[in-house]
Amino acid sequence: MATLTFTRDDRYNAFITMLDNAETGPGKLSGIGIAIKDNISTRGIQTTCASRILEGYLPPYDAHVVTLVKKAGAGIVGKTNMDEFGMGTTTENSAFGPTKNPADTSRVPGGSSGGSAAAVASGMVRMALGTDTGGSIRCPAAFCGIVGHKPTYGRVSRYGLVAYANSLEQIGPMARTVSDISLLMEVLTGYDPRDSTSVNCPYAHIPDPDIRGLKIGVPEEYFGEGVDPRVASVVWDGISLLERKGADIITCRMPSMAYALAAYYVTCTSEASSNLARFDGVRYGPPADTRQTWHESFQERRRDGFGTEVKRRIMLGTFALSSGYYGKYYAKAQAARQQVRNDFLRLFREVDVIAGPTMPTVAFRIGEKTDPLSMYLSDILTVPANLAGIPAISVPCGTSEGLPVGLQIMGPHFRDERVIDVAYAFEQGVSR
Amino acid sequence: MTGTADTAGQESRVMDFSDDEVIIGLEIHCQLDTLTKLFCGCSTDYRDDGPNTHVCPICLGLPGSLPRVNRKAIEYALRVAKALNCTIVEESEFARKNYFYPDLNKGFQITQYDRPLAVKGYLDIEGDDGEKRVRITRVHVEEDPGRLVHKGGADRAKYTLVDYNRAGIPLIEIVTEPDIRSPKEARKFLNKLRATLEYLGVFDSEKEGSLRVDANISIQPRGWFDREGKGKADRGRAEVKNISSYKGVEKALTFEVTRQKNALRRGQRLGTETRHFVETRGVTTSSRSKEMEQEYRYFPEPDLRPLRVCTWADEIVLPELPDARRARFITQYGCSPIHARTLTGDLRVAEFYEQVAGIDPVFVATWVADTLLGELNYRDMSINRVSPDWFRELIVLVHKGNVTDKGGIEVLRSLLDQIRESGSCETPGVCVGRLGLRVLERTAETMSEDDPVVKAAREVIAEQPQAVADFAAGKKEAFNFLVGKVMKKTRGRAKPADVNQVLLAILGKEG
Repeated sequence: MATLTFTRDDRYNAFITMLDNAETGPGKLSGIGIAIKDNISTRGIQTTCASRILEGYLPPYDAHVVTLVKKAGAGIVGKTNMDEFGMGTTTENSAFGPTKNPADTSRVPGGSSGGSAAAVASGMVRMALGTDTGGSIRCPAAFCGIVGHKPTYGRVSRYGLVAYANSLEQIGPMARTVSDISLLMEVLTGYDPRDSTSVNCPYAHIPDPDIRGLKIGVPEEYFGEGVDPRVASVVWDGISLLERKGADIITCRMPSMAYALAAYYVTCTSEASSNLARFDGVRYGPPADTRQTWHESFQERRRDGFGTEVKRRIMLGTFALSSGYYGKYYAKAQAARQQVRNDFLRLFREVDVIAGPTMPTVAFRIGEKTDPLSMYLSDILTVPANLAGIPAISVPCGTSEGLPVGLQIMGPHFRDERVIDVAYAFEQGVSR
Repeated sequence: MTGTADTAGQESRVMDFSDDEVIIGLEIHCQLDTLTKLFCGCSTDYRDDGPNTHVCPICLGLPGSLPRVNRKAIEYALRVAKALNCTIVEESEFARKNYFYPDLNKGFQITQYDRPLAVKGYLDIEGDDGEKRVRITRVHVEEDPGRLVHKGGADRAKYTLVDYNRAGIPLIEIVTEPDIRSPKEARKFLNKLRATLEYLGVFDSEKEGSLRVDANISIQPRGWFDREGKGKADRGRAEVKNISSYKGVEKALTFEVTRQKNALRRGQRLGTETRHFVETRGVTTSSRSKEMEQEYRYFPEPDLRPLRVCTWADEIVLPELPDARRARFITQYGCSPIHARTLTGDLRVAEFYEQVAGIDPVFVATWVADTLLGELNYRDMSINRVSPDWFRELIVLVHKGNVTDKGGIEVLRSLLDQIRESGSCETPGVCVGRLGLRVLERTAETMSEDDPVVKAAREVIAEQPQAVADFAAGKKEAFNFLVGKVMKKTRGRAKPADVNQVLLAILGKEG
């Protein structure tokens, strides 16, 4: 056992909780300091999901991934800031204040894993765990100029991840290099009997930069309306680099993209409205006022404890699941979701991976996005992978207006290795 | 309000209630008797332990915890579905039922909604008019919520405590079609269901709170229901929630029949309402909760995969069920159909009977079905508290004639009272001695005055000169009268045959 020292100067407000010392041990991650997103349960360490409603909550158990990284010798240095319960694209929706983008402190780091991204990008830690429900790993990775991977659904146990939208989210690695992403994947993956959606598919792979003959599909929709042409141009340059390394570029279409965002927001808000029902002040967080009747105290606790965006999504989801609307919204969203899956399945019969921008723009200015709808629109390129459950990585591919741009690579189910290989090839190509 | 002259006229046209029928449908929740909870490894044996001692992150619904299906609970439920002759679906799915309540750890209950484990079954029962089939709509599995404890009673409590020991206990929900036609039939259905569940080894009815029943009840013109609710207007119905005992179901429904009949007679319109059974007062009261349909926002549980249960169901082999055992008791032991039904109506009784039947199956059947169960019922005791060993000893004494039937019952009562008082009892032999109930054995054919039967007979003859004279005059009844007097004098310990013989000997000689 050794104790890790690390910079405690949190100038970007990347952390909600910083630990005084991080114990490290032998193993694949020996001596490495790792930051954990604050929606992943850590035994005896406050886990708030950046919400007032969980302030002071000390989980009595470790999430499966926390057990795994500890066992691999990593030292947990703290819990990172995020959008409350993962609901946001900027890390501004935090009860603990916004995180700043190390690339430009007037900008947001992206979200919802903005704290993890900033901690890695600023060099405070070598790697971090994020979670990705609709792009929450890839968006901040792109905005901060680091690598972030959303694994195939089921490949990493969700046990201990405070649920936002169970059917969409995965825990995944964030780091400065693809090799570190690959290393962390080796630790995080594998079967966990406690998660019924867990699949026994361990990742044991060394990234291979040889992509000669690989077919890369580029959907037109990923360069369509709403995508900043300057970002599009940087990403096209990146795709050309892959072509120069021997890959075949094939343009294709993904018609289901038209429904993806709606399907995503109906699904995630529906699940969230149910998941967040347990926060009532009875069992954890600041206690309820027992002088009131239980429903009054529940109402007060939830009114005061949740932020605006969380309340908005709870109400949206509650509405979507109501009888009389279920068929109109939730059921339709599931049908659209199936179309997205089908589109990917069809495309992956013709191509090996799909590439495009991670985000339609570079990082926003802090406070720039005030209209929730325009904020939701910025998730359009990341949510399809969550709807389909496929692996997707964001790798830095240059800058636009001096701000980082991310290249997104998506692959078929359980082909995280292939996606990581392409990202690695790209990273090697850029650095050479 | 509908108190216009017009509606009053309409009411009067349906004022004839002679041809009404009671329509009852039941929704039964039973705790499945698994070792661990439905979605975690916590023990289900919580009843004697302190509050919140059988809990973990999963059954507390702590953030980040995930449910994992206890395969045993599903197997148990499938056994039930099979025994109830249900169609087991290809693929079954859990769903979330969302509502807020302090005993609900996650703000939703994991249950089943549109894809239950099994549908369309039946259970044959002894109905009011003979054998009857009650159709089963569906069988599904869900988790029990926690329990609220109102310190000092629900009305006066200053605060309420929550105990999550019960949270996550597997429940099976069985829904019947509205095929039951009387409160008594409802009771019989529940008894048969309980027996079936216990035979399957999936349920322990003796555990407190292991059964809860919701009953739908309405009174409709005869045949209304069979015409699928067509014809005269639906007269509304009541759903009586959360009845927690077998006797309570019959009581609550009987109360409802009277209440609804009275209301209809007075010309009131009965809407659809939820009522609560107040066990202590034997009445149902209208729940003050919202009249509108609850909004549960069901959707598929995303943390659990659908279960391909049809493949599991094939592997399930059912044990002998009550009907089969009843048939066997008739053929194997020669039990009367009525005794066979009583003896097999409760697994423990059936097993108890089989342990002691060897002495003389028909004789023992009467003793267990009529005598023992009657005495237990009178004392509200379970057969679990009767040891087959001492019961066997008692039966042997009676069977051999060492104790008369009447004496045997006296001993049984004494022993049961002892068990109820102190938890244990003396042996039947000791009890017989203490109570002086051993049958008076006639040593020989002698007419010696030392023989207690002879002594008693002589005393009676001396006391009843009129009867003796009547007998001498040829009145047969007079003899029976004298026999009765002798039996009484010997406190039932004399054998009737001995009394007959001695009386005849004396009277014959003297006459």
